[in-house]
Amino acid sequence: MSEASAAQSPWQTARITRIEKRTPRVTSFFFKLSRPFTHQAGQHVDVRLTAPDGYQARRSYSIASAPESAGTIELAIEKLEDGEVSPFFHEVAAVGDEIELRGPLGGHFIWSASDGGPILLVGGGSGVVPLMAMVRHRTLRKSAAPVALVFSARVWDEVIFRDELIGLDDRRDGFDLVLTLTREPAQRASDYSRRIDAAMMVQATERLPKPPTLAFVCGSNAFVSAAAQALIDADVPAGLIRTERYGV
Amino acid sequence: MVTRGFSSGRHPPTDNDARIPPGQYLEQGFPVLSAGPTPRLRTEDWSFTLKHGPRPIKKWNWTEFNALPLTRMTRDIHCVTAWTKFDTAWQGVLVDDILADAGIAPPTAFTLALSFDGYTTNVPAKDLLDGRAMVALLYEGKPITPDHGGPARLLVPHLYFWKSAKWLNGLQFTERDEPGFWELRGYHIYGDPWREQRYTGDP
Ligand SMILES: Cc1cc2nc3c(=O)[nH]c(=O)nc-3n(C[C@H](O)[C@H](O)[C@H](O)COP(=O)(O)OP(=O)(O)OC[C@H]3O[C@@H](n4cnc5c(N)ncnc54)[C@H](O)[C@@H]3O)c2cc1C
Repeated sequence: MSEASAAQSPWQTARITRIEKRTPRVTSFFFKLSRPFTHQAGQHVDVRLTAPDGYQARRSYSIASAPESAGTIELAIEKLEDGEVSPFFHEVAAVGDEIELRGPLGGHFIWSASDGGPILLVGGGSGVVPLMAMVRHRTLRKSAAPVALVFSARVWDEVIFRDELIGLDDRRDGFDLVLTLTREPAQRASDYSRRIDAAMMVQATERLPKPPTLAFVCGSNAFVSAAAQALIDADVPAGLIRTERYGV
Repeated sequence: MVTRGFSSGRHPPTDNDARIPPGQYLEQGFPVLSAGPTPRLRTEDWSFTLKHGPRPIKKWNWTEFNALPLTRMTRDIHCVTAWTKFDTAWQGVLVDDILADAGIAPPTAFTLALSFDGYTTNVPAKDLLDGRAMVALLYEGKPITPDHGGPARLLVPHLYFWKSAKWLNGLQFTERDEPGFWELRGYHIYGDPWREQRYTGDP
């Protein structure tokens, strides 16, 4: 499946059809694909920018939209001040622009409704993006798989997809949202105000009806290291934990 | 296709370009990527096994392995996520010296690198020989940190870095070129950065 999808994923141009500010530092870009593909929730694309002198920069971005959104994909890009590609998107890219991208890519950090659950999702900052694709996929497929998402952000206003996630949480249909803010008090009774630790992971797994069959952890390297260790300390078997590290 | 409004201002062409494979950018840090949690391995529990198929040929514990000849290797490394890092300095045991200690020549043309966490990656045997690859034990003079694959990782610097398996515990000669972990998940079977062999289906 993933082998086939990579083999069939040459570079293509995609047109930006919509730009939506999500938080002060994260903006979503919606791309209409010239060669539509169906991805799996959790996969990413590679984006390539080319300067007039031929210089190219490429980076990976997770797909935030569900596979069901076929034909258009959403990328949620966090602006890193001294970065090269993310500031280009925030400062230069406009609706109508054509961008080269390639995908869908990655065959490990993926979840499908048919895989079932319970699953535990743990995201830090923009690391929530591939997890969001899984949550949206679950909703669109009307999956009953129990899912708990623990999402760590610095402050309430930096909780990407906040209103959508709280709306899904309010449905009480087996999706459970746990927010943890590291630099502000919690705003909801069930949320936390500290960094992720083993005690929080124990409580998160207890929100699921049974122990998770898979756990997905995504974010910066430091976040993933700490969160994966907290899961292990909370007795989630290492073999069930999949990680995606955004490098820095 | 030129991207509207994108300039190479931040990365003016330099003499370094000849050292940067296509599609890569120069990274000063050392990003960490892995498929699962970082294993914390104690050297007391570490071992390295050389195998031909399922059959063990020779096994070393940490002390025995560290008694093998140590070689220095300073190389540029290239990650498929598009960063390149110059002049990384490693010390370890050349695969040539491991085979010499086991008293064998490569019995087959292919290998699988095996890791403590179940990760595998395939490398043709010739890519590991003649001083081209080592089992690295030190990075910049110090033990390799767990995040970067310590206590020991494979180093095959001329291929994309997913081939340089972290938390290495064995090398297995195989009759055929058997895809490993990422090779089964859409990544190229060989992985030459200079030919941009990133994903299955790349030339
Ligand atoms: C599989 C995968 C999925 C990803 N998904 C997402 C996603 O969904 N959303 C998202 O926002 N990101 C995602 N990322 C991260 C993304 O690929 C980029 O790494 C990120 O956008 C930064 O790129 P950049 O070009 O803006 O910054 P870069 O230019 O790569 O810089 C990165 C950092 O290094 C520092 N830096 C750069 N150059 C220098 C220098 N010369 N000296 C000192 N410091 C320097 C910058 O301050 C910056 O903080 C993903 C990464 C991976 C591997």
